[in-house]
Amino acid sequence: MNLFTAENLAINFGGVKAVDGVNFEIKKGECFTIIGPNGAGKTTIFNLISRIYDVTDGRMTLDGQDITNTPPHEIAGLGIARTFQNIELFEHASVLQNLLVGRHCHTKRSLFGEGLFLPSVRKAELEHREKVEEIIDFLDLQHYRESLIMNLPYGVRKVVELGRALCTEPKLILLDEPSSGLNVEETQDMAFWIDDIKTDLGITVLMVEHDMGLVSEVSDRVLVLNYGRMLAHGTPSEVQNDPEVIKAYLGG
Amino acid sequence: MRFLFKTDYEQDIQLAKHSGYIWSYGALLLAVLIVPFFLEEYYVGQMTQLYIMAIAGVGLMLLAGYTGLISLGHAAFFGIGAYTEAVLTGNGLALPFMDEPIVFSFFLSFPLAGIFAAIAGIAIGIPALRLVGIYLAIATFAFAIIIEEILSRWESVTNGYSGLLVESIYFGDFELTDGTPFYYLCLGVLIAVILFSLNLLRSPTGRAMMAVRDSEISAQSMGVNLAKTKTIAFALSAGITGLAGALFAHKLGFLSPESFTVLQSLELLVLVVVGGLGSMHGAVFGALFVLALPQGLAILKDYLPTQIAEVPGIEPLLFGLILVLIIIFEPLGIYGRWLKVKLYFQMFPLYKKATFKRQKSYMKSERLR
Ligand SMILES: Nc1ncnc2c1ncn2[C@@H]1O[C@H](COP(=O)(O)OP(=O)(O)OP(=O)(O)O)[C@@H](O)[C@H]1O
Ligand SMILES: [Mg+2]
Repeated sequence: MNLFTAENLAINFGGVKAVDGVNFEIKKGECFTIIGPNGAGKTTIFNLISRIYDVTDGRMTLDGQDITNTPPHEIAGLGIARTFQNIELFEHASVLQNLLVGRHCHTKRSLFGEGLFLPSVRKAELEHREKVEEIIDFLDLQHYRESLIMNLPYGVRKVVELGRALCTEPKLILLDEPSSGLNVEETQDMAFWIDDIKTDLGITVLMVEHDMGLVSEVSDRVLVLNYGRMLAHGTPSEVQNDPEVIKAYLGG
Repeated sequence: MRFLFKTDYEQDIQLAKHSGYIWSYGALLLAVLIVPFFLEEYYVGQMTQLYIMAIAGVGLMLLAGYTGLISLGHAAFFGIGAYTEAVLTGNGLALPFMDEPIVFSFFLSFPLAGIFAAIAGIAIGIPALRLVGIYLAIATFAFAIIIEEILSRWESVTNGYSGLLVESIYFGDFELTDGTPFYYLCLGVLIAVILFSLNLLRSPTGRAMMAVRDSEISAQSMGVNLAKTKTIAFALSAGITGLAGALFAHKLGFLSPESFTVLQSLELLVLVVVGGLGSMHGAVFGALFVLALPQGLAILKDYLPTQIAEVPGIEPLLFGLILVLIIIFEPLGIYGRWLKVKLYFQMFPLYKKATFKRQKSYMKSERLR
């Protein structure tokens, strides 16, 4: 059963074909990884899926529904959440507030109801808080609830960003280099969490990752990208032994 | 030091986080409620003026401090609110199919002043959706100039530069728009506006505004509709500023386009920046600053040697100097300084100088790859 499909996906920036005819499908419940050298177009694919960029060509579906032209703010509501390569948290807000923004796609909003903080608003807030607390427990963020993001070390920020994506209760989560900038222990934790997200929470994972150790540990299938094109496709060990892939990475 | 034991999620939602809030704000409320009985009329008027500025400050704070959209044109909304109030309660609204213009009661004209300003806010907000930072500031600036121009040219309604007399509001013999009753009216509106804003900020819409301020791209990916959130922020900000304008009309008693110039816009921006962007306290502290500084400078002038005090333009110069110093040394404004002073007394005598030094945090690019 395919959760997500990309058909013939392409985008040009001026003359640069950042992504050029990429096809893949992600099965429900698997961890799918995109790897490739710097500038291969991995993050661009994420930006296409979250609809920050418009495709030049091709089509994307989620659960059989076409999302090629869905407005970007509706993507979260459909069940796709993401993290960013350079961490895009709300710096001047607390961890709790950041996670609560993750609940945004599940909120009902009315300006005057909120301005008067009607009982219904209070009740909804408490319900969202409970959901957020589940994620806080899941990611061991208890110590940081009140901390402002700008005072947090890099490693914790990465976890908060993962948590914020989980708070949207996604079907598909996009992780852009979840281990970049993390030390060995933090990377280990991240590997466990990704595995738990997949097996315990039942969320399908699409990630971009450079750390092949992490990739072989958690992912089921790997897509290798080079200059926007698909180079190889298969299990982690298959692609690692693919001569084309080795050549691309060694710059042959 | 106070230790807070949190045992319920409710505690994080509460506006009064602990009993200290209730005591201190209760005392403050009591003080401002009884103060008109002890102050001379002049000072009651000054306090009223302070509340009006603070209301406008709250309006701009929602936009600049919480949504991250800098407006250099808030005098326009202030002016629209003021003129709407003056026209609706004065000459009234002349409609082509009516014989007599309709004169509105204050309870209708006052909300309408806010609504008209909010509509103007939407009108400038929508085209400005794609603009950020300095470009937005320029667009709002241009908008304010247009409105100023309209106020001075549309003479049949605004009476142009000859000015427009603002009718006082009477209920029988009781005059609402002067002295102590007006003081309480402005205070009430200020409190209502602050509570409304604080409620909003602990709800999804307020959080969406802060999300837009800090990172548009991730706000969008979390499901925040950027266009809608920014438009709401503009409308709300303009509407609240419009309410302040309506009160201001009664305070002045006489409107002329000269009261709503670019300088007034600048003053409002200074108010929120000096008060402290991103805090409701900042709006009130900022209003205090904007009102007190010129008077403080006037007093200071008496103590300066005549050669210096007589220099033309010394007041704007000192104003500017103080502004620059505050922005350099206290980017969080007066509210930031207030937090430090408060902590100093809470921790006394153990206050560490380094408490507010920015802790080591990583630049975005520092640990990438
Ligand atoms: N908005 C844009 N405008 C122009 N070119 C872009 C834009 N976004 C990406 N590109 C180009 O597209 C190509 C792919 O970039 P992308 O960020 O997707 O690479 P990546 O695979 O994520 O690399 P890395 O491993 O360094 O993160 C690069 O050549 C980049 O310069
Ligand atoms: Mg990338």
